[in-house]
Amino acid sequence: MGKETMNVELAVVGGGPAGLAVAAKAASYGVQVTVFDENERPGGQLFKQIHKFFGSKEHQAGIRGHDIGYSLLSQCEEFGVKTMLNTVVWGIEKNMLGIQNNGRTYTIKTKKTIIATGASENPLCFPGWTLSGVMGAGAAQTMMNVHRVQPGQKALMVGSGNVGLIVSYQLLLAGIKVAAIVEALPKIGGYMVHAAKIRRTGVPILTSATICEARGENEVEEAVIASIDEKGNVMEGTQRVLPVDLICIAVGLRPLAELCWMAGCKFMFLPVLGDHVPIHDENMRSTVKDIYVAGDVAGIEEASTAMEEGRLAGIAVAEELGYLGSEEADEKKNLARKRLESLRLGPFGDTRAEAKRKLTESEVNR
Amino acid sequence: MSKKDLIICRCEEVTEEEIKKAIREGADNVDAVKRATRAGMGLCQSHTCYTLIVKIIHEMTGKPIKEILPATHRSPIRPITAEILAKSKNM
Repeated sequence: MGKETMNVELAVVGGGPAGLAVAAKAASYGVQVTVFDENERPGGQLFKQIHKFFGSKEHQAGIRGHDIGYSLLSQCEEFGVKTMLNTVVWGIEKNMLGIQNNGRTYTIKTKKTIIATGASENPLCFPGWTLSGVMGAGAAQTMMNVHRVQPGQKALMVGSGNVGLIVSYQLLLAGIKVAAIVEALPKIGGYMVHAAKIRRTGVPILTSATICEARGENEVEEAVIASIDEKGNVMEGTQRVLPVDLICIAVGLRPLAELCWMAGCKFMFLPVLGDHVPIHDENMRSTVKDIYVAGDVAGIEEASTAMEEGRLAGIAVAEELGYLGSEEADEKKNLARKRLESLRLGPFGDTRAEAKRKLTESEVNR
Repeated sequence: MSKKDLIICRCEEVTEEEIKKAIREGADNVDAVKRATRAGMGLCQSHTCYTLIVKIIHEMTGKPIKEILPATHRSPIRPITAEILAKSKNM
């Protein structure tokens, strides 16, 4: 393997909220950490989150996502975390990663690996869905908030979960009209605080409704929407045509877990967490030795939970590598677990908390 | 646009009808559909079409969604040019 092999004590794959939180935490105890991220900037989705987070103060309520990102980055810098950007991790086997950087591939030998690769957007398939102008809500968000480009002039949002609601509001802020939000379920999916903000602007949120078709010559020119019954079938006579040039799809996320599959992690099917989810114990350790998971890849939740899971994994890894005594580590891990519990309260949190318990209590962890 | 021409895998331009035909001919999992049609073998490596294919398999075979697993993930999971691989000493 020669000189194209690098040794890394802790490799973190993915520099989003979970990965950066792991890195900062583990490095603060002395672990040598390298973060690999395929993007040209670290921070994952945090720098696209221009809204204020809510919840309690210890979870950075009232602070905007991008400011949380800057604070994580400065912590990483302070503790000497190395960051390799524009770097794709394309393979994993036991304690080795295959990476590509600047036109070359390298082998990374690690003592511990954290997979914090986040999530990908679910698609929705309908006639015309491959037309230019149909995109994931996250893609529209990247165009607006990262590249400062308007993805269209008039939009239809499909899906009223938090992503659909927040991105709709951001479309409005970017000067794009939003014709409507359609939601297949009989009620709005996301938090009422986000839905109310949208409704105050006059944008209709149509429940029990779906998109039937996108029409246009070379790009989207109009969208056909309709009401649906309990079985999801379109009710005849309810079709309406909306003149839009942008259709954003926000119908959920699923863990981006290819590296976990490749590493041989065991999975559990938990729809509430997004799909098949890598099983992990209460230290965020996967079923494969030396491989940990944190954030959306370990079940779709929120940036705040991703960061707490990251801190928990960071403490656990520092302990395993001998940088932290078990008593001190237990105390810190319990505090992180308590903060995670408090983030998983309420009607949205309860089902996630239960699904997470199924993962940590799974007998394959033992 | 007829429903028959609906594209499921955008990278390899595989239609819903081609996928259904493969399933009718016995491809009852994601890997088999991929081998029969190339769906999921393109640049994005099934990031987009995976859930759509799972849904079609579920609807046509009645197999529970939890039992329909992704196709085997192999290196490289992201596109790498042959030139880069050839230049690398460790491959």
